Amino acid sequence: MSKVPLQFRHNGRDVAIFVDGGTNLLVALRELIGDMTPKFGCGQGGCGTCSVLIDGELHLSCLTLAETVAGRSIETLDGMKQGPNLHPLQRAFADQFAAQCGYCTPGMLMAAKALLDRNPSPSRDEVIEAISGNICRCTGYEPIINAILAAAGGRVSA
Amino acid sequence: MTRHRGRGIASINYPIGMNLGGDPSQALVHSNPSGKFTVALSSIDLGQGMKSVTRQICAETLGVPVEDVYVDTADSDTGPHCMGSFASRGTHRVGNAVMAAAREARGVMMEAAAEELEVNAADLDTDGRGNIHVKGAPHRSISTKDVAIAAQFKQGKTISGRGIFLVPLSEVNPETGEMSPATCYAHACLVAEVDVDDETGEVAMVRMDSAYELGRALNPRLVEQQLVGGAWMGVSHALYETPEPYYPEPVHGPRDFVEYLMPGPGDICPHDIAVLERPAPDGPFGAKGPGEMCANPVLPAVANAIFNAVGVRIDDLPITPEKVLRAIKAQGGARPQARR
Repeated sequence: MSKVPLQFRHNGRDVAIFVDGGTNLLVALRELIGDMTPKFGCGQGGCGTCSVLIDGELHLSCLTLAETVAGRSIETLDGMKQGPNLHPLQRAFADQFAAQCGYCTPGMLMAAKALLDRNPSPSRDEVIEAISGNICRCTGYEPIINAILAAAGGRVSA
Repeated sequence: MTRHRGRGIASINYPIGMNLGGDPSQALVHSNPSGKFTVALSSIDLGQGMKSVTRQICAETLGVPVEDVYVDTADSDTGPHCMGSFASRGTHRVGNAVMAAAREARGVMMEAAAEELEVNAADLDTDGRGNIHVKGAPHRSISTKDVAIAAQFKQGKTISGRGIFLVPLSEVNPETGEMSPATCYAHACLVAEVDVDDETGEVAMVRMDSAYELGRALNPRLVEQQLVGGAWMGVSHALYETPEPYYPEPVHGPRDFVEYLMPGPGDICPHDIAVLERPAPDGPFGAKGPGEMCANPVLPAVANAIFNAVGVRIDDLPITPEKVLRAIKAQGGARPQARR
């Protein structure tokens, strides 16, 4: 299969790679760009741990053809930190003990960021809805929901 | 269609660890010339907090700040032997091994400090902030860093310690076969409240209230995290998860995360937890372990709550809508029990 040139913005930086036709965005990010923050969970849209933002909108990178993001802007967990400081959501996840094994955490954080970027003060039900495509084995979700609400309420210092 | 509210209760008595071969774990502690300490383990931290808790135990035993201790885990090629992270044994077994290793290392550290300060080691104490001083004379002190440097480059001593924890073999009574397979038990009681829909058979969690007696909670936030998350895993086992829904027939089994049922964030309910601390005589600083048992009481409590709600006794897990509905039909309708 022939390689296709592909350019897009990755966490505010322009990147140019060659991908095989049919490569998904998760593989392109992890193997070609070296951004390991989106995780491979199920590879079929069932777990949410590969979540990234495409032009600010939440997407499952395992179900996104890499070629479809040409010229678009991709945000991953790798770009969430603000310089040396954690993003308020990351700080809130740490403060609220919202991670145990940590495998769902990148996807949870991206889903939460997608929500707070468009709705800075969500209700509890809106938070639950926003992370309903992400599964977590360890936490029972409660600490994750509380962390997102704390970050939204500004009860977290970054 | 009617939704029936039911309440169920379950209590458990949970042995910490197992007794096969004494269920041992080992730990090694050594200082670096920087005055920091490394704990070498082959035990695994799966996210439950093994690293944090063994770090606390080591720092407290050595008498140094927690930030001066680094815990290196999960390499069974280089770390001393551990039976594993299971059976709620991590804090208790590995914690005890770390404590023994840290105690031995502390002994060498105090001897090395005594030599530098020209006093008797028995007259020295640590301040928990990285200094060792003469009891009653805090101005006569030396930092753990300077002690480590002196031990390494001047005295030729290794500030290190070895630790193992092994449960003594239980004698078997030849008459009765009676024995004590465990030395340490934790306890819990959980009340589950559910709504059961008698038309669809669906069970929705309404709330949980629980009390856990788990020795001393060495890190209360980590304990709470375990109890919240573990209870939800219990709900998942009670109502959702199975690889073989029609066991022993291997049909209709889930093949992936899309088909393997687990509760999502929309299925959770309020859970009020009380932690009772009764220090265990043989636990590190009195700790037992909150591991597996945070999932266990949920299953019988939910089964009892379903019985209380609609009068059907389901003894096969998970309690799926299909099983509830078939049982309700078999008894000719829902028979709510007395409200508890």
